[in-house]
Amino acid sequence: MRYLYYPGCSSDGSSKEYKVSTLAVLASLGAEVAELEGWTCCGASVASVNSELLGLVLPARNLALAESAGGGADMLVGCSACYTNFRRTDAAVSSDEHLLATINEALAEEGLVYHGQMRTRHLLDVLANDFSQQEIAARVRRSLHGLKVAPYYGCQTVRPYSPFDSSERPTSMVGILEALGATVHHHLREASCCGTSLLFTKPDLGLQLVGAILEEAGEADCIATVCPLCQMNLDSYQDRVAVTLERRIPVLFLPQLIGLAFGLPEGDLLLERHIVSAGPVLARLADVETHHQE
Amino acid sequence: MANLSPLDLSTAERDLSLSSQLGPSGLLLRRCIQCGTCTASCPSSAAMDLTPRQMWRLVSLGLADEVLHSKTMWLCTMCYQCQVRCPRGIPLTELIARLKHLALVRGMAQSRRSAAFYRTFAQVMRRYGRVRELEFMVRYYLAADPASAISYSGLGLAMLRRGKIKLEPPSLGGPGRLDALFAKVAELEAKP
Repeated sequence: MRYLYYPGCSSDGSSKEYKVSTLAVLASLGAEVAELEGWTCCGASVASVNSELLGLVLPARNLALAESAGGGADMLVGCSACYTNFRRTDAAVSSDEHLLATINEALAEEGLVYHGQMRTRHLLDVLANDFSQQEIAARVRRSLHGLKVAPYYGCQTVRPYSPFDSSERPTSMVGILEALGATVHHHLREASCCGTSLLFTKPDLGLQLVGAILEEAGEADCIATVCPLCQMNLDSYQDRVAVTLERRIPVLFLPQLIGLAFGLPEGDLLLERHIVSAGPVLARLADVETHHQE
Repeated sequence: MANLSPLDLSTAERDLSLSSQLGPSGLLLRRCIQCGTCTASCPSSAAMDLTPRQMWRLVSLGLADEVLHSKTMWLCTMCYQCQVRCPRGIPLTELIARLKHLALVRGMAQSRRSAAFYRTFAQVMRRYGRVRELEFMVRYYLAADPASAISYSGLGLAMLRRGKIKLEPPSLGGPGRLDALFAKVAELEAKP
């Protein structure tokens, strides 16, 4: 399997651990991953508000780069907002040649041209569908047996442009977590919204949305996410949410959990970077191991 | 949400082109049957002054002032739940982006913080080609609400200690990385 990796802006800063663990896990699964050279911001949720055309040109710039890099590899994206922007742009140009021509008029400024031939895949899609449960289970060195994990998909991972899972009741994480030996803790807010930029602009409402998810996931040992913004929102505001949480709950990226089960070194997981300590997750696994040995 | 006072449509100021100003998909609002699935699906609707269902009706009726002065669009998180559930196939979430655009260009945005968010994020994106999170946060809080920045300084320090805030700017060819592309897009959009 070969992929062109679009890391997204947060991968250098706030969610570096997502990028590092993604690359480590894919390498141990035998995938060939190359970072897209010269990538720029996808426009986030901002560009299309400022200008409809800009909201298509910024994603198209990266799609054009990926397309010209060639080789038929899919573009792999970890951030759900980036993923949505790329797929939204492709949906728009696939039915509108005139629009594609206008976008290309803008891209000429960067010496680029897009033909509408790039396929963008979410990391979750790749992990769930390009590798079998058996392939994942075969690499497990340290089972997550005894660990209760609450999947959290968020919104744009599964809607409206993702063809690989249900927008109402997604299940892509289940097979992966089970292959790792973990227990899946299902809850009602797996595909609810984390509040996105409301944590900046309307913090009271944003904190309500975050609090409701944390409350639902509450009984689990940790939450598994596949989007940097979801992770940041669920992890960073646990002592500010309106609901009273019994305890703080670690929020890990799915590839960090996979890496943990694969026995990858700490340098590949960067578990110490979270606001809520991942310590209880490691302690729980150590407990289970001790019990097994006894 | 507020109760709407009765509107006399014979005297209310109406802009019947409002839907079409939202682009080609704005015209799809004609299909709306006012079922309220959007309101029921919206995680923010309880905090809105106009529910999504009410707002889309006002858009169809051309009541631009009522719509663009409402807080509703600024509470949208872009979760797309209303759009995927709309039984009439109207791309509601994407229309919200067009409404925000209209409110911003007409200076009618009812959220100073949201206006600052969109402005400062775009500035940083344009300058470096990628979002430099630190510069965005500083610019945003200075523009939106410096006092509230202080209440987040604890979280900022916690992030800094964990290496979650990168200090150096992205190295993609220096400030102004996307100036030419942004300018070209503006030129193309200005064409009739």
